[in-house]
Amino acid sequence: MIRDHFRVLVVDLETGRGSLASVPGRDDVAGGSGLAALLFRRYGFPDRPWDDPAQPVIFAIGPLTGYFPLMSKTVCGFMSPYHGQYAESHAGGRSALALRFADLDALVIAGRAPTLSCLVVGARSLRVRDVAFMRGMDVLASGKLLRRMFPGSGHRSILRIGPAGERGAATACINVETYRHFGRLGCGGALGAKNLKAVVILGDGDFSLPEGKAYPALFREVHEQLTATDMMSKYHNIGTPVNVTVLNELSALPCRNLQRTREEHIGGIAGERFARDTLLRNRACAGCPVGCIHIGFVREMFQQENQWVYRQVAYDHEPIFATGSMLGVGDAFQVLGILDAVERVGLDVISAGVGLAWATEATEKGLISESETIVPLRFGDAAAYRQAVEHLGRGSNEFYRLLSDGTAKAAKAYGGERFACVLGQEMAGYATGETFFVSQALGFRHSHLDSAGYAYDQKDVEKDARRAADFLVEEERTRVLLTSMVACLFARGVYTGPVLARCLDSLGYGTLAARLPDLARDVQALRWSLRAATGFDPDTVEIPKRFTEVRTWRGKVDEAYLGELRREYTARIRALMTRPA
Amino acid sequence: MKVLRTPRMERCIGCHSCSLACARLVHHRLSWHTAGLRIASSGGLSTDFEARPCLACDPAPCADACPTGAYRRRRGGGVVVKKALCIRCGSCAQACPVDAIYLDERGEPFVCIHCGRCVPFCPHECLEMVEIGEESP
Repeated sequence: MIRDHFRVLVVDLETGRGSLASVPGRDDVAGGSGLAALLFRRYGFPDRPWDDPAQPVIFAIGPLTGYFPLMSKTVCGFMSPYHGQYAESHAGGRSALALRFADLDALVIAGRAPTLSCLVVGARSLRVRDVAFMRGMDVLASGKLLRRMFPGSGHRSILRIGPAGERGAATACINVETYRHFGRLGCGGALGAKNLKAVVILGDGDFSLPEGKAYPALFREVHEQLTATDMMSKYHNIGTPVNVTVLNELSALPCRNLQRTREEHIGGIAGERFARDTLLRNRACAGCPVGCIHIGFVREMFQQENQWVYRQVAYDHEPIFATGSMLGVGDAFQVLGILDAVERVGLDVISAGVGLAWATEATEKGLISESETIVPLRFGDAAAYRQAVEHLGRGSNEFYRLLSDGTAKAAKAYGGERFACVLGQEMAGYATGETFFVSQALGFRHSHLDSAGYAYDQKDVEKDARRAADFLVEEERTRVLLTSMVACLFARGVYTGPVLARCLDSLGYGTLAARLPDLARDVQALRWSLRAATGFDPDTVEIPKRFTEVRTWRGKVDEAYLGELRREYTARIRALMTRPA
Repeated sequence: MKVLRTPRMERCIGCHSCSLACARLVHHRLSWHTAGLRIASSGGLSTDFEARPCLACDPAPCADACPTGAYRRRRGGGVVVKKALCIRCGSCAQACPVDAIYLDERGEPFVCIHCGRCVPFCPHECLEMVEIGEESP
């Protein structure tokens, strides 16, 4: 529905009741990232801890969601159990279109349910249902049961957490439609703290479209750009795992807890190998014809005489780096086996893989032993890692409980902080150099997607810290506009500012279309003001020694340049945090 | 006379582009329900997707069941729909043997009219328009 305000459902899990709020600000923040921040300012409590029952978990979509292709993602805004500050995580799947057809610009979930519960919302639904019987149930089993309990096949979205989320682990994710995730910074733990096992969104409404031919004609134009060119080929062909070989050849692939950036033999986990031998099929988020979700398979002989089970597991570059190269695991099927275990317990895969990589090096150095890890950890031992993932997800002992709250926390207790590969949170799969390391360490989401520092590293040879910091701020501003619409970032080549303005104009959002550059600045500042209000201090962020020890394709990391870039970027972030929004 | 067929649904990636195109172009709605073709997953995303298309029955039982003449038999199979004559009784949906007619919450029926406008939006050629009588076995 096209409207000049936001229609927001605010649910109190304690009472099981909700209310519809009409929130002004469409022309100020658009939706998505901007809306989540606006709603956190309205409903959140910056001075209270992340697990205070009153803290909201917010799911927000944008003005273009469902109206144009690849406008298919949802933004989750929450107080992070990882760092105790405001955070965002983004996911595809069907949740964006389901929220659109539930006629909600955002869903705000507050309170704590008295028992483990499932929230069901739709155009004509609001229920909080007791699902105490699902306590401890893994993500895949939960999905099967929820599909049976809440019919609506194809037009419903099922968000759920696993055992890791239930116990509030700071690296727990929210699984969406089995193959997508709100992955990072512990939004799964934030749901767990609310006693909320799942959110089912029924997309059971529909709307009139604007009169005239402008909108359908523009839709066709955008759709053709996104599908008729080879722009999207890299995403649906081999997919993001094509980066594994590229980065390895560049000496920029984090390997064995970032002790190196290149493996001599990487072919076993190259994207090409996954596509050739493990790929079953592709899937898409609702509203996206690209189909970038790559689904491979694992099979296990559970009994003699060829009695097999098989399971389907989604893969991408980040999961492959985290459970492959980072753990010294060199076989695609073994990687899928570890990913399957991670999916079941509901952990963020990057944090899980990078955490276990640290634990392995800590074992090698004698800082921890089997009395902590329960199973002996060795680089390359996939079977051990599968067991370790189960312990990590379920928090089998104090060591795993601490590690599942973040590698830096475990390293602080057991030693080995020097080689904990943490940049704000566990590092993403790019050891490209100083710009990436600084951009993830200080970036808003501590994500490689914040500002593409990894891409800048591959272009920049001049080591001009001011220019690099300007790039990071400008790139974040460009991206925050997209994540306020909410576009998949894979479509950023098509959805330029002018195209976004035309799309908004065709739907009747003329005022919003006219002020996009200002809006991007405003939302960027609004988000940073929330980080500031919830305690972020860029000067306290550690960049562990490992990041200056490792050699990348640019040679040894230049500590002086890294420090200079850090100072430049910190100054810009401080300016953003104090800019009136 | 052509009809819409869904011969390659095993290629479907679940993007809903076909349903959204039908709703947008034929019914002037933003919807994945109020369309002539709707996509469901058969047992979650780990299994296939299925389409629920009108099979262009000839004669069409939904047309025969319509008490007001809003549904008329289409030459070659399927129906021609005149929404202005529809009294929202739902008889068409009840008569359809393959659950191809969707009734919205106001009882308005939505069925495929075999216009083919959804076809170019499918990225994997799951759908096609074929001449009646020239279909692959």
